[in-house]
Amino acid sequence: MQVWFAKFKADFKLNFIDSARWKWLMEGLGNTLKITFFSLLIGLVLGVVVAAVRSTYDKNKEVMAKHKGVGYYVFSVVNAICKLYLTVIRGTPVVVQLLIMYFIIFATSREDVLIATIAFGINSGAYVAEILRGGIMSIDNGQFEAGRSLGFNYVQTMFYIIIPQVFKSVLPTLCNEFIVLLKETSVAGYVGVMDLTKAGDLIRGRTFSAFMPLIAVALIYLVLVVVLTSLVGVLERRLRRSER
Amino acid sequence: MKKIVSLILAVLLIASTMVAFSACKKDGDKLVMATNAAFPPYEYKDGDNFAGIDVEIAQKIAEKLGMELEIVDVDFGAVLTGVAEGKYDMGMAGITVTDTRKQTMDFSDTYATGIQVIIVNDGSAITSLDDLFNFDAETGDPVSLKNADIRIGVQENTTGDIYSSDDITNWGFNNLNEDGSVNGEDRVKRFKTGAEAVTALKNNQVDCVIIDNEPAKSFVAANTGIHILEGDNEYAIEDYAICVKKGNTELLTKINQALAELKADGTIAAIVAKYIKAN
Repeated sequence: MQVWFAKFKADFKLNFIDSARWKWLMEGLGNTLKITFFSLLIGLVLGVVVAAVRSTYDKNKEVMAKHKGVGYYVFSVVNAICKLYLTVIRGTPVVVQLLIMYFIIFATSREDVLIATIAFGINSGAYVAEILRGGIMSIDNGQFEAGRSLGFNYVQTMFYIIIPQVFKSVLPTLCNEFIVLLKETSVAGYVGVMDLTKAGDLIRGRTFSAFMPLIAVALIYLVLVVVLTSLVGVLERRLRRSER
Repeated sequence: MKKIVSLILAVLLIASTMVAFSACKKDGDKLVMATNAAFPPYEYKDGDNFAGIDVEIAQKIAEKLGMELEIVDVDFGAVLTGVAEGKYDMGMAGITVTDTRKQTMDFSDTYATGIQVIIVNDGSAITSLDDLFNFDAETGDPVSLKNADIRIGVQENTTGDIYSSDDITNWGFNNLNEDGSVNGEDRVKRFKTGAEAVTALKNNQVDCVIIDNEPAKSFVAANTGIHILEGDNEYAIEDYAICVKKGNTELLTKINQALAELKADGTIAAIVAKYIKAN
């Protein structure tokens, strides 16, 4: 036992204390959090916009088709663009998207963290959009009709009646998407970004021990996800109060 | 019915796991070599097969030892970790002998010499080592960086990465403050492969790439607009060796014996000459 503990201590020292290697983990954690947080924001904005376009089009296309106004054609084009975006982003792996962003689209930029944030944000937006659209479409049409017969227009019905219900029902799935996003950022190292996983890899490549750096990195991710999940749990419970 | 189906599934699952496990079992007559096949001309993939200096030398060693060579292609960092943990019998991936590495694994005799060179874009402001560092006039040691915003591209966990991640006093790119703390952010960009570092160089996303001489030559030959800093501008000179798990002296002695024989009969020189054309 004592031997084991002494070895553990020596391993710990070699992997984290020597050459101030823990600083890499801190830098990596910082970058992981930065990328996750900002790409989450980009993803939410993109997702809301795309979901709004797609569900508005799906719900109103018959009515609009009858009038054949300019709005109908504009909407059709925008809807097609959104569909293309969803197909491309959901049809290709995030690593490939990241490499394309870094080596082709932003080939002249040195801001690797920023590029990674944009890549993950655009990727996340597609999933958020489909989660939100699913939520909107799952609300019974009677709710729409009720809103319209109370004299609300389409936007008002959405805002006062549909969205509050959607928010509650999609929250767990949305939270799941954020957790996936946090863990997906671990491929940012492919374009030279020092994220948490990369920091662990670099320690591993210099100390040649697998256990300490990998377990440390895994634990940090786990703690982040547990904290995130519990926060969403609190929010969910507060939203459920209205049900009583 | 459901029960029968689930029973069959369970049996299948167990059977497949057992097959999988028995497949991993190490055979006595198998020599498992770990490498990172993205390091031409030492190791790379030629179609479905592995090729390169290390691969051919390993083949010869396995023949001498009367064992069958099995090559595992993993990340460079995983080669080192895997060998240190005893997952693979030996690591051969253009591995440089360093003091830190000696602490966790044993190295064979040297079979090749590696030189770390600097690749830059044609027309780059960097034309020699003097354009990277300011040197102390008396000792000739580097004291500060010429360009504090410089970006160095490397393949992660290679010696190029380790040297350039070091402090300025050890020829690394960590500019130091008076109190010895690191000044400025990380200037080393670490990519999974050397080819990606070179792509970043061509995009001007890094200012230069520090990598072993031989792969550097391959990269320069395959790309236009980049060149190696010639003359007395090598970044570092080092020795390549095969690594085995620390304490595995039995295998190490056999490998050294085989290497000595291969050196003596000119096999190694012939293999190197096949891949590296003398200029």
